[in-house]
Amino acid sequence: MNRFTLPAALFVLLVIVLAIGIKHSPDKGIIASPLIGKPAPQFSLPSLTDATRTVSSTSLRGRWYLLNVWGSWCGTCREEHRMLLEARQSGLVPLIGLDWKDDDAQALSWLQQLGNPYEVVAVDREGRTAIDWGVYAAPESFLVNPQGIVVYKCMGELTRQIWEKEILPRLPKQQTAKS
Amino acid sequence: MLPELGHFALILALLLAALQAFFGIAGPMLGRERWIAAVTPAVAGQFVMIATAVGCLVASFVANDFSVMYIAENSNSALPLFYRVTAMWGAHEGSLLLWILLLAAWTVAVTIGAARLPPRFAARVLGVLGVVSFGFLLFTLATSNPFLRLDPAAPDGRDLNPILQDPALAIHPPILYTGYVGFAVAFAFACAAMLEGRLDQMWARWTRPWTTAAWAFLTCGIALGSFWAYYELGWGGFWFWDPVENASFMPWLVGTALVHSLAVTDKRGLFKSWTLLLAILAFSMSMLGTFLVRSGVLVSVHSFAADPSRGIFILAFLIVMIGGALSLYAWRAPLLKSTAGFELGARESFLLFNNVLLVIAAATVFAGTLAPLISDALKLGTVSVGPPYFNPTFMLSMLPLLALLSVGIHSNWKRGRLQDKQRTLLYTLIAAAVLACGLVFGIYSHGRVLTPVGATLALWIVLASLVDPIDRWRRGLSLSRAVIGMTIAHLGLATAVIALTTVQSFTTERDVALAPGASASAGGYEFRFDGVRPVEGPNYDGVGGTIVVTRAGAPVTVLTPEKRQYWVQHQVITQTSIKMHRGNNLLVALGEDLGAGRWSVRIQIRPLVSLIWLAALIMAIGGATAASDRRYRTVRAAEAPALGATAGDGAA
Repeated sequence: MNRFTLPAALFVLLVIVLAIGIKHSPDKGIIASPLIGKPAPQFSLPSLTDATRTVSSTSLRGRWYLLNVWGSWCGTCREEHRMLLEARQSGLVPLIGLDWKDDDAQALSWLQQLGNPYEVVAVDREGRTAIDWGVYAAPESFLVNPQGIVVYKCMGELTRQIWEKEILPRLPKQQTAKS
Repeated sequence: MLPELGHFALILALLLAALQAFFGIAGPMLGRERWIAAVTPAVAGQFVMIATAVGCLVASFVANDFSVMYIAENSNSALPLFYRVTAMWGAHEGSLLLWILLLAAWTVAVTIGAARLPPRFAARVLGVLGVVSFGFLLFTLATSNPFLRLDPAAPDGRDLNPILQDPALAIHPPILYTGYVGFAVAFAFACAAMLEGRLDQMWARWTRPWTTAAWAFLTCGIALGSFWAYYELGWGGFWFWDPVENASFMPWLVGTALVHSLAVTDKRGLFKSWTLLLAILAFSMSMLGTFLVRSGVLVSVHSFAADPSRGIFILAFLIVMIGGALSLYAWRAPLLKSTAGFELGARESFLLFNNVLLVIAAATVFAGTLAPLISDALKLGTVSVGPPYFNPTFMLSMLPLLALLSVGIHSNWKRGRLQDKQRTLLYTLIAAAVLACGLVFGIYSHGRVLTPVGATLALWIVLASLVDPIDRWRRGLSLSRAVIGMTIAHLGLATAVIALTTVQSFTTERDVALAPGASASAGGYEFRFDGVRPVEGPNYDGVGGTIVVTRAGAPVTVLTPEKRQYWVQHQVITQTSIKMHRGNNLLVALGEDLGAGRWSVRIQIRPLVSLIWLAALIMAIGGATAASDRRYRTVRAAEAPALGATAGDGAA
């Protein structure tokens, strides 16, 4: 090795680092949310199925939940719906729906036709809550722990891969062992 | 129909790029004159095809064709026409297309300029540019096609990201990319020189105007980005050492070193292998920046929603381009021998220091940018590297650079004797120190140690740069554009140093809660809050505040910050309000609604902050002036560079 091959050698090292970088970040196709590690924004909204009930962040305290932002107008939401139903079946973490800027009747018929994966659906007609949560575009999902801290955010479709590699490992052991 | 036409044009452009690369590199190698002659038509055809593709995409944006996925994701029917056009490069796919268009435009310019070059050498330069273009076209078509259709079509688009709906950011990418892409020309010249084994200094002479022009564009592009971050993001800063900012700054630092080292190679035939390496590195830094921004390996405020398959593609492309160029270098550079020598204290030695310090600065930025990645790869946990690392390390290499600059411009080529200049240097230094201390302590009456040091060095550069040109002008001697350009660029640098020093040392910042009618004072100004009112724009609504600024009872200005909520993406954007008053930058941003009409308000007073962007503009003007020097346009291949040129000829 002489001083003229040194740059090429350093470049090889750099390529290795970058390759490891790509390998280690398979899911960084996501714009990181500033909410991660911070308390979930407060909200109190009517329930879709029972207008007299309210769904609020305080009532969800003390347990894990996955907040899924959706709307019957959203095409990708339809694609991820099957995965959401499977997630509900697994019983590992309750799904809380946030029906964003939607028509109630259309949202209800959507759930009737495709099945309801949610424990409860909060209605955010004006989209104020979605703004608080920093929603960029539906669908988005937020995993929140019993202390009310957002631990993970999924932008776009919740795929099986994200469910298995990102959501499940973050849940406590006994919770996943139940199944 | 238009999107398909654009898609098809892009595929044709890919084929033409392949032909350009093949004929340009294989033609001279095998001595086929007809192949060499085919390179220029391939360049022209490729440019026409790429321009057609861009035209189709822009036309589809203007026509609100939401059956195109890229348009559905980045535009909206309520978006004003201007932003519907600039939305073309508002996200990954379209900005790549813009990159390719600019590369094609540079290639056409090189083809026109290459009429004076030996045909074989010109063909090789265009061939290497063809390889670069082919790689980016393939990347676009394979992983990032902006023409993909959406079925069924979206009723309306998701809108351009609100933070991009701003004039400064709309023109930022074209200018920045023009700079990035310009370094591809220097890269192509270096590779062509190595392929041909023509390693005399002529390639450096040919490359100089291109490199200087690219550098000027990059300078402007970076400044625009910083300007945008300052007043649009409303974070109250102009530089965050964010990975994306660093990605543009590293090529700038290496490019600055290249501009200076090309001067030595051109004038004295020295540093030949080093200049080759810098030419490769400057473009490699541009490519690496692309990789870091697009692959998503580093998270940044500017991140494009990334895709690992894109990262793998760019990495493969990096290996081919940079790996190929560095292998070529390892093979060819040992053949280079410098016969001429120089003494310590000669201009060559100062330019060597300049290069070493700039490369060290680039390396520290590089290390800081990649540290999170390396630490992640070695499983050392997540680290975050910020201003506490970057500011001092960067300053460490910049201070000696600034100090040596003033001496360097008074040094002579080859000879180390500085005696005849000692008096000038000493007098200008003393004058600068007196002026700086007067300014710092006279106007601001306080300051940190670095403030007078920075101001002294900057003023020394100003005085030292001006001594010779003024002297020549008074004696009625002519000044070449290269020297004028160099002097302007150095004055720009000095301006930047003064501005940065002042801003760093004398910024006043206050966060206050104000009820309507209440006032807060900061930095000698009174800020009275007159409450908020609703506002509505074409695609957003929100509230606007009114803040009346007075100084010693006299009215100064009225600031109207806004908090906007964009309808489609539901993003809340803080629109800061900034006004200038006697060189002070007054900034007000609305924070949170505290109820009962009370709002939290951020007030900042930054002295001389706009001087930072003005300084970048001055530097760019200097670069443009130097690049337009007639000398570069009248060179003949056989012309030998003058040895032992005097200081007056400059290293511009």
